[in-house]
Amino acid sequence: MKVRQAIPITSELGDISKLAKFDGEVICEPPNNKLDKFSGTLYWKENKFPLSNQNMLLRGCVLRNTEWCFGLVIFAGPDTKLMQNSGRTKFKRTSIDRLMNTLVLWIFGFLVCMGVILAIGNAIWEHEVGTRFQVYLPWDEAVDSAFFSGFLSFWSYIIILNTVVPISLYVSVEVIRLGHSYFINWDKKMFCMKKRTPAEARTTTLNEELGQVEYIFSDKTGTLTQNIMVFNKCSINGHSYGDVFDVLGHKAELGERPAPVDFSFNPLADKKFLFWDPSLLEAVKMGDPHTHEFFRLLSLCHTVMSEEKSEGELYYKAQSPDEGALVTAARNFGFVFRSRTPKTITVHELGTAITYQLLAILDFNNIRKRMSVIVRNPEGKIRLYCKGADTILLDRLHPSTQELLSSTTDHLNEYAGDGLRTLVLAYKDLDEEYYEEWARRRLQASLAQDSREDRLACIYEEVESDMMLLGATAIEDKLQQGVPETIALLTLANIKIWVLTGDKQETAVNIGYSCKMLTDDMTEVFIVTGHTVLEVREELRKAREKMMDSSHTVGNGFTYQGKLSSSKLTSVLEAVAGEYALVINGHSLAHALEADMELEFLETACACKAVICCRVTPLQKAQVVELVKKYKKAVTLAIGDGANDVSMIKTAHIGVGISGQEGIQAVLASDYSFSQFKFLQRLLLVHGRWSYLRMCKFLCYFFYKNFAFTMVHFWFGFFCGFSAQTVYDQYFITLYNIVYTSLPVLAMGVFDQDVPEQRSMEYPKLYEPGQLNLLFNKREFFICIAQGIYTSVLMFFIPYGVFAEATRDDGTQLADYQSFAVTVATSLVIVVSVQIGLDTGYWTAINHFFIWGSLAVYFAILFAMHSNGLFDMFPNQFRFVGNAQNTLAQPTVWLTIVLTTAVCIMPVVAFRFLRLSLKPDLSDTVRYTQLVRKKQKAQHRCMRRVGRTGSRRSGYAFSHQEGFGELIMSGKNMRLSSLALSSFSTRSSSSWIESLRRKKSDSANSPSGGAEKPFKG
Amino acid sequence: MTWSVSARGAHQPDNTAFTQQRLPAWQPLLSAGITLPLFFCAGLAFIGLGLGLFYSSNGIKELEYDYTGNPGTGNCSLCATEGQGRSPPPNCSCAWHFSLPELLPGPVYLYYELSNFYQNNRRYGVSRDDAQLSGLASALRHPANECAPYQLSATGLPIAPCGAIANSLFNDSFTLWYQRRPGERYVEVPLDRTAIAWWTDYHVKFRNPPLVNGSLKLAFSGTAPPPNWHRPVYELSPDPNNTGFINQDFVVWMRTAALPTFRKLYARIRQGNYSAGLPRGAYFVNITYNYPVRAFGGHKLIIFSNISWMGGKNPFLGIAYLVVGSLCILMGFVMLVVYIRYQDQDDDDNDDE
Repeated sequence: MKVRQAIPITSELGDISKLAKFDGEVICEPPNNKLDKFSGTLYWKENKFPLSNQNMLLRGCVLRNTEWCFGLVIFAGPDTKLMQNSGRTKFKRTSIDRLMNTLVLWIFGFLVCMGVILAIGNAIWEHEVGTRFQVYLPWDEAVDSAFFSGFLSFWSYIIILNTVVPISLYVSVEVIRLGHSYFINWDKKMFCMKKRTPAEARTTTLNEELGQVEYIFSDKTGTLTQNIMVFNKCSINGHSYGDVFDVLGHKAELGERPAPVDFSFNPLADKKFLFWDPSLLEAVKMGDPHTHEFFRLLSLCHTVMSEEKSEGELYYKAQSPDEGALVTAARNFGFVFRSRTPKTITVHELGTAITYQLLAILDFNNIRKRMSVIVRNPEGKIRLYCKGADTILLDRLHPSTQELLSSTTDHLNEYAGDGLRTLVLAYKDLDEEYYEEWARRRLQASLAQDSREDRLACIYEEVESDMMLLGATAIEDKLQQGVPETIALLTLANIKIWVLTGDKQETAVNIGYSCKMLTDDMTEVFIVTGHTVLEVREELRKAREKMMDSSHTVGNGFTYQGKLSSSKLTSVLEAVAGEYALVINGHSLAHALEADMELEFLETACACKAVICCRVTPLQKAQVVELVKKYKKAVTLAIGDGANDVSMIKTAHIGVGISGQEGIQAVLASDYSFSQFKFLQRLLLVHGRWSYLRMCKFLCYFFYKNFAFTMVHFWFGFFCGFSAQTVYDQYFITLYNIVYTSLPVLAMGVFDQDVPEQRSMEYPKLYEPGQLNLLFNKREFFICIAQGIYTSVLMFFIPYGVFAEATRDDGTQLADYQSFAVTVATSLVIVVSVQIGLDTGYWTAINHFFIWGSLAVYFAILFAMHSNGLFDMFPNQFRFVGNAQNTLAQPTVWLTIVLTTAVCIMPVVAFRFLRLSLKPDLSDTVRYTQLVRKKQKAQHRCMRRVGRTGSRRSGYAFSHQEGFGELIMSGKNMRLSSLALSSFSTRSSSSWIESLRRKKSDSANSPSGGAEKPFKG
Repeated sequence: MTWSVSARGAHQPDNTAFTQQRLPAWQPLLSAGITLPLFFCAGLAFIGLGLGLFYSSNGIKELEYDYTGNPGTGNCSLCATEGQGRSPPPNCSCAWHFSLPELLPGPVYLYYELSNFYQNNRRYGVSRDDAQLSGLASALRHPANECAPYQLSATGLPIAPCGAIANSLFNDSFTLWYQRRPGERYVEVPLDRTAIAWWTDYHVKFRNPPLVNGSLKLAFSGTAPPPNWHRPVYELSPDPNNTGFINQDFVVWMRTAALPTFRKLYARIRQGNYSAGLPRGAYFVNITYNYPVRAFGGHKLIIFSNISWMGGKNPFLGIAYLVVGSLCILMGFVMLVVYIRYQDQDDDDNDDE
């Protein structure tokens, strides 16, 4: 959430009639893609007013905390910053598509080669034999030389051999992909009951690439997390609350929780707040002073606004969900933050309303990592309440709290280990005199013209010392359901997951831990935060050196500076031992992505098990994806939910949009969409894997069958004077690809499964063949082609051998052309049908129907085409009359067909059996074990479920922005009466906006989420 | 290719076996239990069949004689040299003398074989008009263009039957003479020249045009015979059931061969004393030598052969079956060995765990 405000001068345009008369002029920067910067000037009433990013609502924002706002449209359509960031829409194609195009080109070249060979053959034949054979077969009138005859023969052969170029391949591939897309849409296990959204394949062209993904680029907020913060645990005075125990006193797992704590005593409690540890409430009720002070702090030290629509119906408007969670927790435990004015805070403490005087807010910023309030309680005592990151705060405690400190630290470690966001709470009593003196100095500092912020920081620093420790809170950034499991499973499937988020480093790292991307088992987590090119380069170099040193693979002579041969570097770094992770900041990433460093960055990042990029802009997300695409030759997948993920989604090979969250831009730009991150595992490991498998099997078979079919003509060419005589009947040539052999292979391409879906989840390693592109590549292609050519050789030469001398069983001629054609065609159809039977691993009723049906249809059409009736009608079209019944009645013909089938199929069976025995794939093993119903071997199920030990120091993360303290103290953002509002001069208010703006622009703005507009008017 | 199948908030997908990809299916696996028996059974079956085929093929007797008449190969060379370069070649006869030491079991078939003759050439194969041959009157007068250059005669008359195939009709003829004992008179062995074509060809595919006034000659009036022919098509045989387009020799010739070397049936010997076969003794075949083949390096053979259940002599099929069967068995043993060793290894692996 971000704060966006109108410039104060326009606040007088409150009603529509005045607004209609508005005649200002805006001069501003040209359209650009920088989401966090805007500069312009409003000319109105002969005055100039500066416009900054703070006054802008960007396209794609969602208003929070206000129902409506008036605005002036600065840019629209493609000029908006969002569209400028979106990048070009590229036509996505799968690697198999590209390979297929190459292969088709090769096949075309092969076709031309065959044509040339046969044409040369024809020229020679016509020269040697044809000229003399003219007694019986004179040349055509136009043909005057053997050479010209060869030329004509070339074109004839191009025509009759064109079936080797699989034209119908493209159509069939699309049909199969369409089927796979429907299976994704239909999948009940990817249907989100809560949001009633099914998974949706928004494109039909990328399915098989889902089975080859190697890199996943994920957004964080809304994708990995729900963007909901929950007050989960706390440590008060050395006592930890919040663990859930079941009846027997053991730590309870999810799902077997007892009833949540009953907050009915408190009429102001938030019904949605759930807490499971009753002992904390008991402590509050018992009147434990520490607990009271703890919740008092939570109810006072924050920048939350409250709104009470009706009595007792409180709404908190928190600028960060963390704060909201903390204040809500205090509310439910009886310390209800009720309302605030610029100078006071009213809290209902266990039923009694107490108004504290708010003396100062020592606001949050990234360096301080803490915020404090100084309040005067009704008794007149002045106290400073402070909350902040443990690393910072624990150094500023009073030495007397040493004992408490150690137990709290233990708790903090424990919370951090659970991936919770922690904050440490402390207080300090202040003397009246000290405060007076301090307040005076603060005022001076705040009026200083130069280095005002540094001075203020010093003054804040001074008062926030020697504090008394109260305890710590732990907030859970609620992950989406099943995220850690999904990530663990995808990691086991050798998919590398990079998180690219606009959030801060702490938040991102925290989420990295809670979703098990980062673990304490990791050897080291490198954090790159350099601001200059040199710093970043140095940090990357150090990271690489560390990885090298630990793996002891490289001698000292190896230098990493400058441009190295990337292949060498890759080979060394890929083999790095130990697990590393890389966290890189947006501003460092900007340098790392420059042309001379991108390779270094990529090599470093790819050697790490996990990569987290934080505070990145949408364009940087796309650049990172582009970088990996460019150098790694790997399939990338980007997943996100917001408008800021659009460019990344468009850039990656596959874009996945999380639907049903904020906005639909991501979904509209995506190729697949579903509503929960956890469905990704099913999309990749089940649907993607199957799609890839099916597509590869389909392609192999398709090339095989076309070669087996067509190459027979080539061999026949050598025995028919290269005259472009076809081996088969013209109708067979027409129907072979579309009727006799298309449906069985389509059914295999749509329905085939090697292992059941639950197995591909159990054995994520099954995903690897896709990543390594093992099932269909140039090698596999040549194997298919070789098998096709082998089949065609046998298909021609076995009948040739038989027919050379054979006669029929009634003594008449057998070796006539038409019988030969029928014999070859029949054995071809039978051989390719048996082959598809061997290839089909999953015989559904549909497969049975298509395979047997194709054979039946072949014979039915054969006999129909060779029937007397058709010949009587069209004697010149159906010349094969009577051929089927005459030829297929011959035992010799059937012996030939059986022999051909056996010779073509037996080697394939033997080869597959031997491969199964000697070098079985994992999928074969899985199938085999399934077949014999053995217990699965444990070694494959190495799903790591590591209970993390909490060695990490800081779980601190707070999605907070500075500036709010000032905002509150100025009273500017409150819904005050116009009277109260008028007490602030225009000048002072514009100055605070000015300072707020400056601070905001200092810290690079994270562009996620919507906009907040607390100031209405 | 963006494409969207369902609107937002769509219904829950159907829970059917088809949509959820849970169709019941048979999932075969090439396990040893299936593959090894398959190979051994197939191997044994193939060897058995191969032996049967080999012996039945070996039992077939063939006598063949190359009467092309290349110089110094017998008395047909005279005819060959005489006919060289002359069209039409002069009537010339030559003979092939042979003797059978024992009975050649019947029925005996007489074939002629041509080699280096490209009946399977595409241009040759299409040079015919099946509509004309099926007796369509319109096609008789208007032969198909594919027949060119044998579509119309020099005088412009339509050629019947048109095309290169018909024009090159084989026109040598044979008679067989038998001499039981030396010195006895040669008697002519009756040759059964009926039913040498396929039934469907003779009855369906080839038909004479409708007779005009009961005369086949009139039906063919206004057509010219192919240039190579000495007599018109309606005079191919005096037998009205064997003349015109349904002349058996013509029908046999028109069924073009698949390969450049081919044999076609000329006659069966199954009548009278010869139904059991050709008895021992001396024979000669009187050959009317008309058909020139030497120009393109072709050969003409005359063959006597008997047949078995699977047709004529065909050693290829038997040998191929034997080879494939043996390879299957061999492969089966290799696979068995591999399988056993792999099993052991697998068990070891399991023990290790």
